[in-house]
Amino acid sequence: MFRDFRLSVPPGEVVALIGPSGVGKTTLLRLIGGVDTDFDGEILIEGQRANLAPPPGFVFQDARLLPWFDCVDNLCRVVAGIDARRAEDLIGRVGLGHYAHAYPRQMSGGMQRRLGLARALAANSRLLLLDEPFVSLDSVLVGELQTLFRSVIAEEKPTVILVSHDPQDAARLADRVVLLGGRPVRIATELVFDLPRDQRGPLDTVRLAQRIVEASQEAVA
Amino acid sequence: MRSSEPPSATRRASHASWGGGWSRLSTLEWLSLPLLVVIWHIVAVVMSSRFLPLPLDVAREIAELVASGSLVVDFAKTLARATIGFVVAMAIGLVLGLVLGRFRPADRLFGPWVVVGLNLPAIVVAIACYIWLGLTEFALILAVVINKVPLVTTTIREGVRSFEPDFDELADAFRLSTGQRLRVIHAPQLIPFILAAARTGISLIWKIVLVFEVLGSDGGVGFRVGVFFQFFDIKGVLAYTIVFILVVIAIEYLVLRPLEHRFLRWRDTP
Repeated sequence: MFRDFRLSVPPGEVVALIGPSGVGKTTLLRLIGGVDTDFDGEILIEGQRANLAPPPGFVFQDARLLPWFDCVDNLCRVVAGIDARRAEDLIGRVGLGHYAHAYPRQMSGGMQRRLGLARALAANSRLLLLDEPFVSLDSVLVGELQTLFRSVIAEEKPTVILVSHDPQDAARLADRVVLLGGRPVRIATELVFDLPRDQRGPLDTVRLAQRIVEASQEAVA
Repeated sequence: MRSSEPPSATRRASHASWGGGWSRLSTLEWLSLPLLVVIWHIVAVVMSSRFLPLPLDVAREIAELVASGSLVVDFAKTLARATIGFVVAMAIGLVLGLVLGRFRPADRLFGPWVVVGLNLPAIVVAIACYIWLGLTEFALILAVVINKVPLVTTTIREGVRSFEPDFDELADAFRLSTGQRLRVIHAPQLIPFILAAARTGISLIWKIVLVFEVLGSDGGVGFRVGVFFQFFDIKGVLAYTIVFILVVIAIEYLVLRPLEHRFLRWRDTP
């Protein structure tokens, strides 16, 4: 799938991997996250091999919570080295303070996603991997969740790799957009956004999304 | 959004009633068994008492049998056999189910054996065990285990096959160790199947232990009922049956339901 593929992300950057579905975005993220280990090559996270480094915070396409645990246990029992207090802090951080002892099925889809983010933050890694975190959510929830991501990024300043098929997501969150295409996968083109994330209004977002669409059309042509 | 109120209060309330299988019975459930006794009484009055004694007479018979000690001894024997058979069969079935569910080639090779086991008539197994091993306690319990293991195996195998691969991916992403994976991901998915196997297992084992005791043993509920049969002592048979049913109900409400409530609470919480 990948051959002679090289991508580097400086610390603190939010990079969005954009491309048609099936191009290998998620596969790449799984390799970086150490979920898939069957490959030739090298993935280094702060100089350490990916599968040996502490696990990055992974946010899946679905909330992927364990239905038999309440919110606190979904963090404590899955993420190594955090206690109930830290879990409750993080659950409060994503706005679920009253739901610390609720089961996932007692919460709405948007709340489940937020808990998924809290779990990724609990991993306490400098790296966050987001695999289509807004897919199959309605636009109000997407807006809510993206605002939350923005404030988390502003406060914690993690390195973020965001996989998405939607230019809007990238336009709202990313510092840099990497367009993937072809087989074996290559980087078709790259865009760097100079306008800081927190200064982007709705119109800027539309404009940046438009740039991504145009760039991908050029890349195809 | 399903509920705007934090559900932690309800959770605490249900947590407090842990172990109280009785407390969750509704009024209609409470009336159910007394109604059966009333119907029995009416039928007994209509029929001659030689074929169907009155409930009160049977109650007196129970009191006498308990006082004489024979009933307690018989139940202790039967309970011991059933318990040993149950525990051994659950353990073996759990291991076999895990292996067959996890490894396809093993399932291809031994799956048909399980089908054979499922369809072996219980009585044939018992007779074969008695012929080969003599009328011993070991033969009886072995026959029980042979009857029960295939059922547990198939149930557990189903459970293992229904494991959600997404959760394994989660375990990979967060680097869970094998032990953690077992506790956090696999055991919770398997527990409903273990409980289902236990439930069907208990009812099956009760019945076959009694039949095997009639066939060849030196005591126990089945043996005693067989003796009553030879004297056409319907009162004795009913006395034993009722105590037997009470024991089964006690196990259902004092052991099984609290266990289910404890482990499956996450599914039932509104």
